[in-house]
Amino acid sequence: MDFTLIKERAEKNWKALENLRQPLIQVGMGTCGKAAGADEIYAAAKQTLKQMNLLGRILKVGCIGTCYLEPIMAVRNPGGPFIYYGNLTAKRTEEILLSYLRDGDPKPEWAVCFTGEGPVDGIPRFEDLPMIKPQVRIALRNCGIIDPENIEHYIARGGYNGLMRALQMNSGEVIQEIKDSGLRGRGGAGFPTGMKWEFASKAPGQTKYIICNADEGDPGAFMDRSLLEGDPHSVLEGMLIGAYAIGCNEGYIYIRAEYPLAIKRLETALVQMKENGFLGRSILGSQFGFQIHIKEGAGAFVCGEETALMASIAGGRGMPRSRPPFPANKGLWGNPTNINNVETLANVSAILTQGAKWFAGFGTEKSKGTKTFALAGKVERTGLIEVPMGIRLKEIIHDIGGGVAKGKKVKAVQTGGPSGGCIPTDLFDLTVDYESLAGAGSIMGSGGMVVMDEDTCMVDIPRYFLSFTAEESCGKCMPCRLGTRQMLDILNEICEGKGTVEDLEILKDVSETVQKGSLCGLGQTVPNPVQTTLRYFRSEYEAHILGKRCEAGVCKPLFHYEIDPETCNGCGVCSKKCSVGAVTGEKKKPHSIEPDRCTKCGVCYEDCKFHAIHIC
Amino acid sequence: MEQAIYQELSVGSGPGIEDLFNEINKEFKGRPDELIPMLQRVQRALGFLPEQALLEIARLTRLSAARVFGTATFYAQFRFQPAGKYIIRVCRGTACHVKGSDRILDTIEDYLQVAPGQMTPDGLFTIETVACFGSCALAPIMVINDSVYGSLNRSRALKLLDEIRVREEGLFK
Repeated sequence: MDFTLIKERAEKNWKALENLRQPLIQVGMGTCGKAAGADEIYAAAKQTLKQMNLLGRILKVGCIGTCYLEPIMAVRNPGGPFIYYGNLTAKRTEEILLSYLRDGDPKPEWAVCFTGEGPVDGIPRFEDLPMIKPQVRIALRNCGIIDPENIEHYIARGGYNGLMRALQMNSGEVIQEIKDSGLRGRGGAGFPTGMKWEFASKAPGQTKYIICNADEGDPGAFMDRSLLEGDPHSVLEGMLIGAYAIGCNEGYIYIRAEYPLAIKRLETALVQMKENGFLGRSILGSQFGFQIHIKEGAGAFVCGEETALMASIAGGRGMPRSRPPFPANKGLWGNPTNINNVETLANVSAILTQGAKWFAGFGTEKSKGTKTFALAGKVERTGLIEVPMGIRLKEIIHDIGGGVAKGKKVKAVQTGGPSGGCIPTDLFDLTVDYESLAGAGSIMGSGGMVVMDEDTCMVDIPRYFLSFTAEESCGKCMPCRLGTRQMLDILNEICEGKGTVEDLEILKDVSETVQKGSLCGLGQTVPNPVQTTLRYFRSEYEAHILGKRCEAGVCKPLFHYEIDPETCNGCGVCSKKCSVGAVTGEKKKPHSIEPDRCTKCGVCYEDCKFHAIHIC
Repeated sequence: MEQAIYQELSVGSGPGIEDLFNEINKEFKGRPDELIPMLQRVQRALGFLPEQALLEIARLTRLSAARVFGTATFYAQFRFQPAGKYIIRVCRGTACHVKGSDRILDTIEDYLQVAPGQMTPDGLFTIETVACFGSCALAPIMVINDSVYGSLNRSRALKLLDEIRVREEGLFK
């Protein structure tokens, strides 16, 4: 199979799509989109076209990153720009299509933005949106733009050019290219990828493996899922390039079972790769042969750790082992193995296509390139973003994210998942790069970024993380197995009002023991959420222990709700919503809450439009 | 313990399990690294892992029963009790937690009167929690069988369960 011919055909078909004489509709069908109801939008679009007796094409695309707007639809009238609409309902979808495609009015008041030929009256450009402007999309270059189930779209936009270029080089040159780019592992540890490849390449042995770590276990992270759903080939091409560089012919993708759509997209992609000669004994006529197997995880966070992952692939319990020997020398079934994160591989394919120098032009001196983040939590504009390293936290939270929703005050941002820490607002000037985040006590992590506001309790958060890690600890080593339990027990006591000041000392002590004594990264980073909250939010711990009070209104034994008689106008919404009859009062007269009956479920507090209910 | 196993076996594998294992025999070679995929295959077919199935897998792979049980019990995905017709998985990830998924879980537990890991007496629902679904931008998330629901609040969550109940009861009328 000749790549030139494949590429020509792909570009021809892509061009035909661009010049389509019929309306073209794109619906975001990643898991996020589906969670927001994209299936109904797709059906409504199909139905409306039929209703109008109009021939048109509807494409299913991946996540464009503005998840807070899902479900999203983009509509293009032949020859015109793509106009994007968000937060759709089936009815609104029908109205838009009738108005735009039949009557020629794109309804700018309902539109979010446009891409393509402009300007368009009353509608901003996608690239100019405050959420999008600071972003640089390298790993996410095709997400939301192509149909991830059509390999031709990927090829037409430059896909597999990187692989072709790599096959013309020798493996040493490919490794050098990655070294020159400065790419560091995007899974969280940030180890230089080129160096890692070199170790595996130089390791003695005939059989070597490359593994793509798609376990993405960090709660709060979904970058890898979106990449695999929206542009699986960017990752697969990177994997092939890595395999070529290291000198191996077999690879595994270890993907968590909680990502069924991503698994399906990968399976489709692999079939299409085989059909086009990108997998098999002789890839595109070269001497390089490669095959990929997909292995599903079974719900174990620890399997994101390299050695546990390999144990799981081999069919056993996902329990880490000590290193050395490192996987590069002795990995899967004792063979030299190189493990890379999904996002790392998506960057590899871009680097081989555009060059190391181009990639190194982004980012800072020690942290080159860009990083994807799953921006979630209490921020207005949640979504999937990709920013150059070196951007400041405040730019991400305020400019991109739009600040905290509902007029609340931002309190902290949590990065790095259970291995990371909570960074307070007065450090939001920090630049986002590996060293700077580590200096603040957190880590870059895989990309989870959860924004917290005044309603988040900073003692409950480490307790939440500890309940996660205590559950996920594999149990092999004592410091992690017992230490996580003990830290969790202490935090539970503090949140129940039974904590003492000595507990904080014990917490600190046990933290250090778990950090120094644990076998793997899970245990070694368990203390981070506790240590950062103790460092930056000690006053909240003290309020819990000495004042027996939870200011944020989370730890139920440490607060109660009270209705302010001055603000309450007696509308009665709270008493209607109370499921235990704890709210009483006459119509139009201030209501009150009976503390003995109240279960502190929070419904009244959330639903009171007059903010008459306070946390006391 | 041994008696219980023999009792299980003698109660009969039933046509369902026999057919399943005939298929599994064809689909898999019985290598040790196929253990987890085999367990996943059985759970996909039966909804859980009955003890007989685990012993049968041990036989097929020539691994010890201890090894098979040890691996199966390590992973959160595997169930050892039958599950309800609708499996409700409430996400307990960081973003979902910060946006109140614990309160949604409380509400669902109260409504169904079962705890996570348990099935309702009518066999309709099982509640489970998941550490993170990876749809954090639409927190809080709940998944019922294959459908993902985002941006939930308590009333919407209960409404979804109600709709299922009504639909299921309608099927019996």
